[in-house]
This record gives sequence, structure tokens and C-alpha cells, in this order.
Amino acid sequence: MSIANYLYLSAILFTIGAIGVVVRRNAIVVFMCIELMLNAANLAFVTFARINGNLEGQVVAFFTMVVAACEVVVGLAIIVTIYRSRRSASVDDASLLKR
Amino acid sequence: MLSAPSLSYMLLSPMLIIFGAAVLGVLIEAFLGKTHRAAVQLTISIGALLLALLQLWQIKDMTSTTAAVNSVTIDRAGIFFQFIIVALALVAILLIADQDNFVAQASAVPGSTEEKIATQQRVQQTEIFPLVLFAVGGMMLFTVASDLITLFVALEVFSLPLYLLAGLSRRRRLLSQEAALKYFLLGAYASAFFLFGSAFIYGYAGTVSISAISAAAGSANDIFLFIGIIFMSVGLLFKVSAVPFHSWTPDVYQGAPTPITGFMAACTKVAAFGAILRIFYVGFADAQSLWQPIISVIAIITMIFGSVVAIAQRDVKRMLAYSSIAHAGFLLLGVISLSKEGLAASLFYLFSYGFTTIAAFGIISLVRDSTGEVSDLNRWVGLGKKSPLVAAVFSFLLLGFAGIPLTSGFIGKFAIFSAAYQSANISLVVVGVLASAIAAFFYIRVIIMMFFTDPVNDSVSVIIPSIRSRIAIICATLISLLLGVFPSLLLNASNSFANLIK
Repeated sequence: MSIANYLYLSAILFTIGAIGVVVRRNAIVVFMCIELMLNAANLAFVTFARINGNLEGQVVAFFTMVVAACEVVVGLAIIVTIYRSRRSASVDDASLLKR
Repeated sequence: MLSAPSLSYMLLSPMLIIFGAAVLGVLIEAFLGKTHRAAVQLTISIGALLLALLQLWQIKDMTSTTAAVNSVTIDRAGIFFQFIIVALALVAILLIADQDNFVAQASAVPGSTEEKIATQQRVQQTEIFPLVLFAVGGMMLFTVASDLITLFVALEVFSLPLYLLAGLSRRRRLLSQEAALKYFLLGAYASAFFLFGSAFIYGYAGTVSISAISAAAGSANDIFLFIGIIFMSVGLLFKVSAVPFHSWTPDVYQGAPTPITGFMAACTKVAAFGAILRIFYVGFADAQSLWQPIISVIAIITMIFGSVVAIAQRDVKRMLAYSSIAHAGFLLLGVISLSKEGLAASLFYLFSYGFTTIAAFGIISLVRDSTGEVSDLNRWVGLGKKSPLVAAVFSFLLLGFAGIPLTSGFIGKFAIFSAAYQSANISLVVVGVLASAIAAFFYIRVIIMMFFTDPVNDSVSVIIPSIRSRIAIICATLISLLLGVFPSLLLNASNSFANLIK
């Protein structure tokens, strides 16, 4: 199987994530879509590491996982706080700032 | 056999000091009693920032590409960017130290008894200080990072604390939490784009080092480079709030606690432009024909959109948010010029714009009524009669934003326009001048509102600032004034520091 297929898969995953962020309404689901995008980028990095024949891309993948974990901590903290004050995690309800 | 990596601690010391102080701040949260926490945290933060400033001064003539095993490039421009960030943070932290802008307990549900008790007991959320220090450290790293891993990690290190800080306002908490949510979701979205772009740059160059990108020029996979540039630019342009990636800016500026807005508006812009300038000048310089048309279009839309939409704003924080979008457009001209003059002009512009911004948001936090800050412009009417001094200072800062001669904003704009002119981007200069003219209209409208309209019978008043905010506002305003009257002081410095190691 051609190694380029992994790149196509990563592009597809990234697109699904990017579209999901735009169309889904629940903050948690939006956030999961963002995680999907990060993992798509990871897959691209690892594939390129294979193509380029060096390990740097794989190292990036590890860093991305750690950073994504930190992002989860901060993101869930914010989403849970919002949920507790409004009993809703929908991004459509968060519209006080709209004019 | 593994050999230990060699680090030049001297060159890294400004960042190490800030990160060290931030970690120390976290420990203090855990181990020190409530009574002294705020004072100790403030002392540590100011001490660390001063020390970092001193260290930056000591290493100002040194350069190295191997300070941290090829991950960090310390060069003249990098040191200057770090210097601006630390100096701005030092002023901003004095504003942030006014705890009555921040929520007593962020975890308490707005309007609950828990919140009332926390407010009555005068609980203070002193985590703000380590969060700000982490953000400052991340910003410093972002401007000197020279590989894609470090860039991404630094981007997140300074973004994550800012997402949290945006949600910590004491009054109108729902608004503030909403700002945090929007900032977080859109920010994470943008950094995912950034990461995906850097994957393709890695695929193109075969290594994560930025300087290797230009070395790989002529490689067969130009499409990878193109995809990489586009996606990385999305992430970076989001951080500087260029149109069409600006939609978070007005909401977050309005919702966040005002001192944080000032800090964020000034420092994030410096950090993001630091990284953009480094990536485009060092990494993408040879691929100029690929990105210059796109960035030019974005710069034009950003300048026009920011200036025009600001006219319609009824809220002073939203108005400054749109003005900051317009300023991002002007600063993009420095990136497009791709010359030493462009870099020097950007350094000057960022320095003067940063101080003007912090002073302006400092003033906004002083105008209050019984329920808290008043940012509705209609209620600022006649402020010049109630408090001439504050209104006069604010007018001066607005004129600085507008770029009226004898203010620092004028010199900055002049420098950046002439750099763009020299690099034969004349149409951009024309648009820039037009946009400045439009922008001057709404700044001056605010001044007219404050001075030449009779005050309505309203409870709006200007509070007497604490000594800390007073120092911050006075310092920032004086620097802004000084740069307008004696620009050569900084122009010479920014010229001699405008040097990025390729």
C-alpha cells in the first residue's frame, strides 16, 4: 500500500474535524472535533517521518499528545464552568456577546 | 551512548527566570497562607520581570543559534521582542494587581451563595500571577523558537493561561466566561490548523528547523510547502486577529477583565508578530511569490474592515478591539515588505502600540458606576467635564492610535508605510493611509463626545486609581509621549536590533 494513503487519511480526518467544529453545537463535541484535527496532524507528522526517513516527526507526535492533554485540562475546566452557570454546554446559548 | 545536550544558560536566563517564578508562584498557591499570598505573588512577579529585563540587557549583544540545541535562536531581533514583551508585562502586572477586577472564586457559580460568601470573605484568586507569568514565558519563547516543535509548544504555553484569564472577570461573569469559551474553542481550532500546516512544512523540508525550509527550496514537493504556509498562516493570523480570523477579538476584548484585555492585546500581538516575522523572514523568504499576494490581500481587508467596523461600535472595548484589528493590518505591511526596514519599523510599531494599548485599557478600567465598569460609549459623554485629566490622557492615547503627528503612533505608521513603499508595495501604502484616515474619524468622535458634549445626568464617575494602576498608566502614557516627541531614541535602537539570524 502506498504511503501516500496515510496522508489522504490524515487530510480526511482533519477535514471531518474542521467541519465538525463548524456544524456541531455542543461545546464538548466541538472540542472533540478539535482533538480529531490534532490527531490528524499527528498522523501526517508520523507519515512524513516515514517518508523523510528521520525521527523528528515522531517526536513531534509525542509533544502534540502532551500539549493536547494540557488543552483538555484547560478546555474542560472552561466548559464545565460554563455548564454549571447556565446548565447548557451549547455554543449557541453562549450568545450574550452578540450584538 | 547518549550525550547530554548543551544549553547556554546565560542566553536562556530571561525565559528561565520567568518560568521559574511562575512555578514558584504555583508552589506558593499550595503552601502559603491566604493572608500574604497576594503581596508575595506580586513581589515575585515584579521581581522576576525586572530580573528578566536586566538579563536581557546583559545579553543584548550576544547571538547564538545553538542556545538550546537548535531549538532556540537568540538574535538581536529576538532579544528586542523579548524585551518589549517583558517591559509591557511589567506595566500590565501593576494593573492586574488591582484585584477588584477579578472574580473572588472562579469555581463558584455566578449568583450563588457560594459566590456571595467568597466575596464577603474577600477571597482572592491569586493564581492570576503565575498564569500571567506562564503566558509571558510562552510569548518570549514563541518569538525566539526556531523549530516547529518549540513553536507549537510555545504557542500553547502562552495561549492556555490567556484562555483562563479571560474568564476571571469579577462583574458580568457570564459574559466573561463566554469570552473564555469562545477564545478557547477558536484558539484551539486555529492551533490545530497551525499544527497541520507545520506537518506539511516538515514533509517539505525533511526537518523541523525553520531555517531548513529555505534550504530545501527547489524540492519537488512545492505543494506541501504551499499547504504548509497557508495552514500555518491561519494559526498565526488568528493570534494577531487579522480578518477573516478576527471574529473572537471583539468578544474576548469585551468579556475579559479589562487589565487582562490590555495585557493580552499588547503582549500577544508582539509575540505573534515576533513569530510571524521570524517564520516569514527566515523560513518562507524564498517562497515569497507563494505567500506575498495572499498576505497582501489579508492586510488590505484587515486594515479596511477594522477601521470601518470600528465606526459602528457603541462599546469602547469593542471599538479598541476593532482598532487592534486595523493595527494588525498595518503591522502586516512590515511582514510583506520583507526587508530590514520592515523589521525595524515593526519593532518600533509594536513597542509604541503596546504601551499605548495598556495605558488605554488602564484608563477604561477607571470609568465606573455602582455596578462596575462602564464601557458603553454613550455613557462616556461629557467625561471631559467630570474628570478632565483622565479624559485628556485618554484623548492623547486615542490620537496615538490614530497616528496624529507628534504621537508615537504617527512615527510607527510612517516607518512601516515607508518600509512598504521601499519594497514597492505602493497600493498597500495607499490603502493603509486611507484606512488610517477612516480610523482617525472614530477616535476623534470619541474625543468630541468626551469634551464637547454636555454630560447626561448619570451615575458614571471616574474612580481614584490605586497607586499601582496610577504608576502603570503614567509610565505607559509617558513612554508613549516620549516616543512621539523623541522617536530617534527608539528608532536607532530598533534599527540596530533589526537582525534575524537566518
